[in-house]
Amino acid sequence: MEFVLNGRRVQVEKLAPQTTLLDYLRASGLTGSKEGCAEGECGACTVVLVREGPAGTEYRGVNSCLLFLPMLAGQEVYTVEGLAQDGKLAEVQAAMVQHGGSQCGYCTPGFVMSLFAEQYRPDRGPEFDLHALSGNLCRCTGYRPIKDAALSLGPAPEDSFKARLREPAPVLGPAVYESEQGRFVRPGSLEECLTFLALHPEAKLVAGGTDAVVESNLQYRRWELLVGLEAIPELKVFEEHEDMLEIGAGLSLGELERRWKGAPQIVREWFPLFASPLIRNSATLGGNLGTASPIGDSPPMLLALDAAVRIAGKEGERVVPLAEFFKGYRQTALGKGEVIVSVLVPKPFPAHSRFFKVAKRRLDDISTVAAGFALELGGAGRVARVRLAYGGVAATPVRLFAVEEALTGQPWSEASLRRAQGMIAEAIKPISDHRGSAEYRLRMAQKLLEKFYYETASAEGVKG
Amino acid sequence: MKVVGKAIPHESAVEHVTGRALYTDDLLTRFPDLLHAWPVLAPHAHAKVLALDPSRALEVPGVVTVLTAEDVPGVGHSSHYHDEPLFPAEVMFHGQPVAWVLGESLEAARLGATRVEVEYEPLPAILSIEEAIAAGSFLAGPLRLSRGDAASALARAPRRLSGEVRIGGQEHFYLETHASIAHLDESGGVMVHASTQHPSETQEVVAMVLGLPRNQVTVQCLRMGGGFGGKETQANPYAAIAALGAWKTRHPVRVRLPRHLDMALSGKRHPFLGRYEAGFDDEGRLLAVRIELYSDGGYSLDLSEPVLWRAMFHSDNAYFVPDLEVTGHVCKTHKTSQTAFRGFGGPQGMVVIEDLLDRVARSLGLPPEAVRERNFYREGQTTHYGQVVKDAGRIQAIWSELKASSELERRRAEVAAFNASSPHTKRGLAITPVKFGISFTATFYNQAGALVLIYRDGSVQVNHGGTEMGQGVHTKVLQVAAQSLGVPLEQIRIMPTRTDKVPNTSATAASTGSDLNGAAVHQACEILKERLAPVAARYLGCAPERVRFEEGRIFPEGQPERFVPFARVVEAAYLERIPLFAQGYYRTPDLHFDKGKGQGKPFHYFAYGAAVSEVEVDGFTGEYRLLRTDILHDVGDSLSPLVDRGQVEGGFVQGLGWLTLEELVWDAQGRLATGGASTYKLPSWSELPEVLNVRFLERAAEPGVIYGSKAVGEPPLMLAISVREALKDAVAAFGQGGIVELDAPSTPERVYWAIEKVRARKEVAVGD
Repeated sequence: MEFVLNGRRVQVEKLAPQTTLLDYLRASGLTGSKEGCAEGECGACTVVLVREGPAGTEYRGVNSCLLFLPMLAGQEVYTVEGLAQDGKLAEVQAAMVQHGGSQCGYCTPGFVMSLFAEQYRPDRGPEFDLHALSGNLCRCTGYRPIKDAALSLGPAPEDSFKARLREPAPVLGPAVYESEQGRFVRPGSLEECLTFLALHPEAKLVAGGTDAVVESNLQYRRWELLVGLEAIPELKVFEEHEDMLEIGAGLSLGELERRWKGAPQIVREWFPLFASPLIRNSATLGGNLGTASPIGDSPPMLLALDAAVRIAGKEGERVVPLAEFFKGYRQTALGKGEVIVSVLVPKPFPAHSRFFKVAKRRLDDISTVAAGFALELGGAGRVARVRLAYGGVAATPVRLFAVEEALTGQPWSEASLRRAQGMIAEAIKPISDHRGSAEYRLRMAQKLLEKFYYETASAEGVKG
Repeated sequence: MKVVGKAIPHESAVEHVTGRALYTDDLLTRFPDLLHAWPVLAPHAHAKVLALDPSRALEVPGVVTVLTAEDVPGVGHSSHYHDEPLFPAEVMFHGQPVAWVLGESLEAARLGATRVEVEYEPLPAILSIEEAIAAGSFLAGPLRLSRGDAASALARAPRRLSGEVRIGGQEHFYLETHASIAHLDESGGVMVHASTQHPSETQEVVAMVLGLPRNQVTVQCLRMGGGFGGKETQANPYAAIAALGAWKTRHPVRVRLPRHLDMALSGKRHPFLGRYEAGFDDEGRLLAVRIELYSDGGYSLDLSEPVLWRAMFHSDNAYFVPDLEVTGHVCKTHKTSQTAFRGFGGPQGMVVIEDLLDRVARSLGLPPEAVRERNFYREGQTTHYGQVVKDAGRIQAIWSELKASSELERRRAEVAAFNASSPHTKRGLAITPVKFGISFTATFYNQAGALVLIYRDGSVQVNHGGTEMGQGVHTKVLQVAAQSLGVPLEQIRIMPTRTDKVPNTSATAASTGSDLNGAAVHQACEILKERLAPVAARYLGCAPERVRFEEGRIFPEGQPERFVPFARVVEAAYLERIPLFAQGYYRTPDLHFDKGKGQGKPFHYFAYGAAVSEVEVDGFTGEYRLLRTDILHDVGDSLSPLVDRGQVEGGFVQGLGWLTLEELVWDAQGRLATGGASTYKLPSWSELPEVLNVRFLERAAEPGVIYGSKAVGEPPLMLAISVREALKDAVAAFGQGGIVELDAPSTPERVYWAIEKVRARKEVAVGD
């Protein structure tokens, strides 16, 4: 397998397929990229890939600790070592030096790469978007000098990096990589993928890698066969229909965020709260649903929107409402050899919809409790349709059907709210863990509904 | 032209941004036959090791050997108290390594570790301060500091209250985890590259473990990707294992902890429990205070005793308490051995007194800032351990200036108006002071050495005992050397810290790195100038005492145009057989402390500061945002303003992480449940205040310290106490007055329950 590294073609063989790009870089002497956590939380390992984005070729920041090396087949990568040219620092590097943006320097290469990707982003606005740096942690500076360095950056200079963006990005095609330790197969079409999975139902599916590679890095899980889903065009669709929106399960959340114009409020609130931009650049909706974590962020949002998943297997396709998709702790309706093709979101979107996430840290944290709410009010301020969906309160993401039913047809009032809050206490039995106590989780499930109530009530002019 | 005081970037900034800056583990490709080490982890918090059989591990392809107690030629401990066995017979915390596997690959070593068969007899474990108190399980104490007679003064006081506050620990989360690479050098000695804040102690421990004299062991620290105290002692076991492995196998051996092991195995900031009683008058003037501090020291002593002393030294913070008694205990628990962390106990001591003052104010219905101000030290007063509070007037001066510049009064009114019209969201505002003592409280550590070498071309190498962990000690020392020697910065190279250049160095800790090492380098430079001056004088035809050194030029005073280049004088000196290298040495004068009496002068001086923070709290969830912070901090005459500002801001944000979102949770088995980056959250962008104004106190030169500067590493961390107090202020606004109980860290959950508590009080009041 080969890929382009800092402008030079490199060949890879013999290494285990679960070798991460980061470990490969460091073993190759490119030690600028650092390992701070090996789970995509700190960003010290950030590199950029040259990829096709919504506005053309772009540099896309990713965590190199969360990429299995064979996923790089045919790709183009730049690391921190590739930026300075002829002894001259790139603008992002010079800005970091000048503003005192580095202290111990260990996180610095990662920040430099995130700054670089954002400065060269083809559809960036005039001001630097600081959210682009929210996947990078710094323990020394307190971020202020890095913020100033970022805000000092103008448009990308007309240099060879800018010129590269005028050429097309590499197209990910089918790939096969094999070593003594295992095999990685990247099918080029859905048909090819399903045929292969029918023969190898034991294969581990890898979409963006942001979950599977963490399992590999931290639990040392090893698989003999990995199937990469990144080169399947059918998983990358984004299609607006009259009555619904179809979102390819393999679309990265970063791409989705930029393509979904006119997304409802719940979705706009959800994007920045889903991990970090570095993760969103790799992570997919299909992966987040397929891994079925009870604290995943997308289920409450999609449940509130009445989404369904389109599933394909060798035997054919089926559509499963998301509310019936989660079968138990980390278990789904997905059968062996099946893949999630897309997520279907019905239209029109509800008049009121909100996403709330309670966590210790406001950005890039895992939720203690997450909630997705949707509401349609009918005549006389009565509830025509309501959806209450939660993460972090049970073994799976849940919708509280009984509470929804009880609210329907009732006035959207404080009295109804109190009754619903009482029913929530009956409906869920959360657990205590390091993210929060059972009592707090239950209280948040109730209080978030209250918060939603006050916001919608004031928006609708309903008197509490 | 002054080089000292110039705002220059970190001396390695260009290396940082290009990825060329090397850290210990970046050296791994330089050792082709390197072995990787992986620990066998005990699955109990407390257990006897009944048997350990490595034979099945040796069957794993690529496993070279398993290190056990039998391999140790010297003393098998990583601390000089001999209380931290490298291969324990009794496991003292969950995950403690009981053996280490060496493999040709990390994968082989790790697989091998899963095959080592260990038989344990689990024993009951003590996992909290409360359990330790109940069981009488202590590592040290009671320690005592007091002035006057707090008990009778309390009895006489017109008003009294008591309270307690729990303060969580903190994971250092240096971005670079513990790392060491050891190999046998070309002359048969042991060379250890280690990410350590204290190379001399790492050398001492390696020599002790291998049973070698220290001259056989060299330790080098290139730089660290953050230390914060976490590598003051705790790098030693990993350096020792790497060295032991190299000694046994004759191969280079690498130990590098991945994050989840680093968090599971390394010590943290000490959790504390503070209990207090205060006697005061109607205006909130403190008359008597009694404080009892319990720290959670973990399983071994490490630095827990000096950490506790520092907590007790700072239990007064900036306040004069006529009768004050502080008692301290270090609890022994079955956890990692808690260790140094920026502030070294000082922050915990200050949180307790600030919590106390807030309660005093709220119990009287007075603004907390007024009560704080009323209790400040005034010029001439002494601390409870008998040290005169030098420059005590700066506390009030900083306070007044900051209140004005942050428009505290106007914003108080705005916050009140906002809160009156906002039922679900409340804002809070608080100002808190910092007074922090500078010097190692272990007096003998307050010494430093340097070795400055001038080569015949005029280029200079500077060696000193300080280690660079991002705090900028090398940048400051570089500026000191350039200023003192009168050569341009570019002409000086700061060398990696090595024990074979400057021996018997102190840890780079206690904020003293630049004070001590800067002074030692300065002295070496002065010696060299003294030797060069007569040579230059002959060139210049002036008296040696009139010779001036600036920017690589040497000239007679007042006649810079008549210069000769530094390099030419150096070459002439060489030909005249004048030595072009010198050692420098510095010891902090006039320090003493009698632990038995609890009296003395443990600190050279105090660093001062204050911060105002404003927060907004969501009453539905307890979540909050930091809206604005204003800081005024005393760094003396800054040696390097960009570095100092970085320390102030970085320390503040690290402190707010500790007090708000960073939460260490141990489960019932004693396993760290928040043991990774996904479960233990550092401040990120979202915690940076929307407005952050940082200023230094002007005209603040500190005589007797290198170029009038002041230490800056630790004191700013405690500025973050303003955030915690502001959160309490916002919580109070959900009720109708009265005290606020809030433990640290004040996670959204804790804030939420605190709100519930004040609301409940309000409802009762309304019901009445």
